[in-house]
Amino acid sequence: MLSYALRRLLITIPVVLLSTFLVFGAVTASGDPLQDLRQQPNITQERIDNVRETRGLDDPFPVQYWRWLEQVPTNGFGEYMISPRQILPDLQRVIGNTLQLVIAAEVFAFITAVALGVASAKRQYSIFDYTTTTISFVGFAMPTFWFALLLQVTVVQIFELTGVRILPLANLSSANPGTGLAWLWDRALHLVLPVITLSIVSIAAYSRYMRASMLEVINSDYVRTARAKGLSEGVITRRHAMRNALIPTITVAALSFGGLLSGAIVVEVVFGLDGMGQYFLNQLQRRDPYPIVAWLSVVAVVVMVFNLVADLLYGYLDPRIRYD
Amino acid sequence: MSDPLLSIRGLVTQFDTPDGTVRAVDGVSYDVHPGETVGVVGESGSGKSVTVMTVLGLVPQPPGRVESGEILLEGRDLLELPIEELRKIRGKDVAMIFQDPMTSLNPVLTVGLQIAEAVQTHDPSMSDDQAREKVVELLELVGVPNASDRYDQYPHEYSGGMRQRGMIAMAMANRPKVLIADEPTTALDVTIQAQVLEVLKTAQEETNAGTILITHDLGVIAEMADRVVVMYAGRVVETGTVEEIFHTPRHPYTLGLLSSLPRPDVDLDRLEPIRGQPPSMISLPSGCAFHPRCKLGEGRERCRTETPPLYDLGGGVSSACHFHDEMTDEVARVEEVTGATFDAEDDAT
Amino acid sequence: MTDQSRPTDPALGPQSPSNGADEAIDGYSDGTAVKARSQWQMFRTKFFRHKLAMSSLLYLIIVTVAAFNAATIAPYAYDEINVAMASTGPTFEEWHLFGTDQLGRDYFSRVIYGTRTSLQVAAVVAVVSTVLGVVVGSIAGFYRGWADALLMRVTDIVIIFPLLAVLLVAAALFGQGRPIRIGIIAALFLWPSLARIVRGVFLSMREKEFVQAARACGARDLRIIVRHMLPNTVGPIVVNMSLVLGLAIILEATLAFLGLGVNPPTPALGRLIDEGRSAMQTQWWLVVMPGLALVSIVLAINFVGDGLRDALDPTQQES
Repeated sequence: MLSYALRRLLITIPVVLLSTFLVFGAVTASGDPLQDLRQQPNITQERIDNVRETRGLDDPFPVQYWRWLEQVPTNGFGEYMISPRQILPDLQRVIGNTLQLVIAAEVFAFITAVALGVASAKRQYSIFDYTTTTISFVGFAMPTFWFALLLQVTVVQIFELTGVRILPLANLSSANPGTGLAWLWDRALHLVLPVITLSIVSIAAYSRYMRASMLEVINSDYVRTARAKGLSEGVITRRHAMRNALIPTITVAALSFGGLLSGAIVVEVVFGLDGMGQYFLNQLQRRDPYPIVAWLSVVAVVVMVFNLVADLLYGYLDPRIRYD
Repeated sequence: MSDPLLSIRGLVTQFDTPDGTVRAVDGVSYDVHPGETVGVVGESGSGKSVTVMTVLGLVPQPPGRVESGEILLEGRDLLELPIEELRKIRGKDVAMIFQDPMTSLNPVLTVGLQIAEAVQTHDPSMSDDQAREKVVELLELVGVPNASDRYDQYPHEYSGGMRQRGMIAMAMANRPKVLIADEPTTALDVTIQAQVLEVLKTAQEETNAGTILITHDLGVIAEMADRVVVMYAGRVVETGTVEEIFHTPRHPYTLGLLSSLPRPDVDLDRLEPIRGQPPSMISLPSGCAFHPRCKLGEGRERCRTETPPLYDLGGGVSSACHFHDEMTDEVARVEEVTGATFDAEDDAT
Repeated sequence: MTDQSRPTDPALGPQSPSNGADEAIDGYSDGTAVKARSQWQMFRTKFFRHKLAMSSLLYLIIVTVAAFNAATIAPYAYDEINVAMASTGPTFEEWHLFGTDQLGRDYFSRVIYGTRTSLQVAAVVAVVSTVLGVVVGSIAGFYRGWADALLMRVTDIVIIFPLLAVLLVAAALFGQGRPIRIGIIAALFLWPSLARIVRGVFLSMREKEFVQAARACGARDLRIIVRHMLPNTVGPIVVNMSLVLGLAIILEATLAFLGLGVNPPTPALGRLIDEGRSAMQTQWWLVVMPGLALVSIVLAINFVGDGLRDALDPTQQES
């Protein structure tokens, strides 16, 4: 089991190296990382040339990439082009914020989707089933950012009509978030709209999986056996059907984690959250290759860890799976 | 004869399909007495499985629907029972063994737990330890070696034959009055089949349950059954003791079954297979559903226009053939063709 | 664990099982009395019976025809300014069905033009990713070897990196620009899912009797692939294409929203929403209308895809 986990992680390393190498090349080729510096009036050409020199920006990009790689373990993922600051502290901050958002959305989406999927499978072809199916189709067809904008408009309209500010529209915290529980409450309120936005597509996807696999299980021979034993429908659903139906859904949910991070980029832009997506877009605009490849490496590791957790969970839920 | 334990009376079960309504079971009646084994024979789709599924209310509704009939268990009509009452009977008074042991056990729960579930559902006072003890006993009884280790194993760690033994253990856990075995050996290797039948026999003797054994394998019938019900296209076409069915069949379809397969007990020089295909349940032939394939009824107007009733021939023997009294000649004709003697003096087994 | 455990797209996920009736009458379902129907006939009857898919298809045809004849259909040019009618909500007056923006540009017309752009991008994505996916997938499934290795590595990349992030890097590098460019960039990251499906079908078919028979008759590889194996993958390919179409429209809009889409002033649905954003609290229609247009199109595409899947799946009984 442990060796399996290790092997999975080891396979990732060459993939991450190769892709960051390619991305590094792409970013280097796509623009001038010092453009921001040039626009500042008090920066002299001499200073710019100096940076070019010390950062080796005229070297071929594989050399530059190697220089970055050397700094990953020793110098906190290297330093920004335009300021001599380490990348790591910023990354830690934005990852922390994004994980709060993404994990909350994943948990919310999973629980909602399982409940919806089970309920509509048990009432196949009922009005409830048709309604959830339709909603999930719509959820699937909606761009995340558009849904976010709709939510914002709605909240503002409610404020204008009633004078009640039900939820904060942007940012991760108020100006004075307080400490302890007050801070937590403040953060939770700020995350409500982003989490709803981010989870809507996942709810649509997971609930359809859950419904389909639940239907398959409900009509399976072993559920018939359970029924023939005289078990009540409740016990059949909980002990015999749910657990089996959850197996594929959990896999899907874990493998969609990367997709959730894609969604987080959009959500953070709309709601102005200080997270990984916002950070990534800013650095991309600056054409600074160091933070971009640092970002990608960290994301790859995070996604891999989630996939691994899913695999292990899968093995726990399904005794037929053995790792060797 | 004693009062029947389970009595199926004029059962009609239908399915609504996009192509029309299908009468999977069309007026089926038969009885099961304590301790006896009733073999139900027929091709797949003849309604033999749907009949017993209806007994336990396991036909999915919709699309299934019980049109009419009664299923009396010791005088109580199971079709009239509310679902909670029926649940108390499932697995307790009436237990079932299914065809495919590969898919009939939940792959993510241990075999022992699944059997214990059957025990504890009907006896909530039983503790987990007591249930485990009982299940290990049951597993030993059905011949699962190292039963207490095997308790904690998952279905995929069992072989097909072992799984079916597990299913039998589950079925006999609450000493049911009626045991229904739906093609219990069909999915197994031939060498395993005999062993599992042996276990089934033990289970039946142990519990003295009235048993319904569904199969399309006449060898299994000869081995296990006391009485036989032959079904075709959702109807019972012949009933009788196992000797009568094998030696003096009273319906051309039964005769067809006997002469279309090589048998160890009767020396067939040539086979005479039944012509044609099983009918489509959506558009059944008029009159006797068997008439397009029947040699005896060939060209006879009555077979095409009039649905034969199940004629009671006395002594528990009945036949749904207009011309059942001509069957002696027909058997003789087939004996001529196949070079076999059906009505031999030696025992069918 | 092998890669088989990876899920496919939800629309290709586990099928709802056949109902009890099929089981009960099993064995008669292939009886001689049921008249044989060719696959194409069966597909046609099933698809046409699917009312939702049919009406969605009709809607898509109307929208596409309108979008590609925008110059004649749209009541105004997309950049026609009319200050007198600035910031008008949706109204029948002068046919400003979707309202106007601060410059008095007619949003109904802009949405029609924007739809054209979005459909162009989606079409490019669908065609390019399908061709790539089929070629790589069939080579990988038929010969294994380098194509298989390549496919697996690319799949790894697709799995561990967020698609949007990779797409943003590519868009930043190759630049915003004409719809075809955006389409090709998106297609470069969307082909692996189809390639994996095609590969799977090919792998399972490689050892099938009819392929062996063809080989025994001396058929060349290309002939076996094109004549014998590809026809069996048409179903998954078509269904995947519909999924990619919908996804491409959403992706294009998202890129445009993040400022990396089709160049202005060409209107695209995502850009229209983005432009309306600044005024959305007072002029909601600027955000809602282009969004509704987009959602309705993607929804219709998905419904058609769903209908196709039901119709093409031979294991599913008519119901």
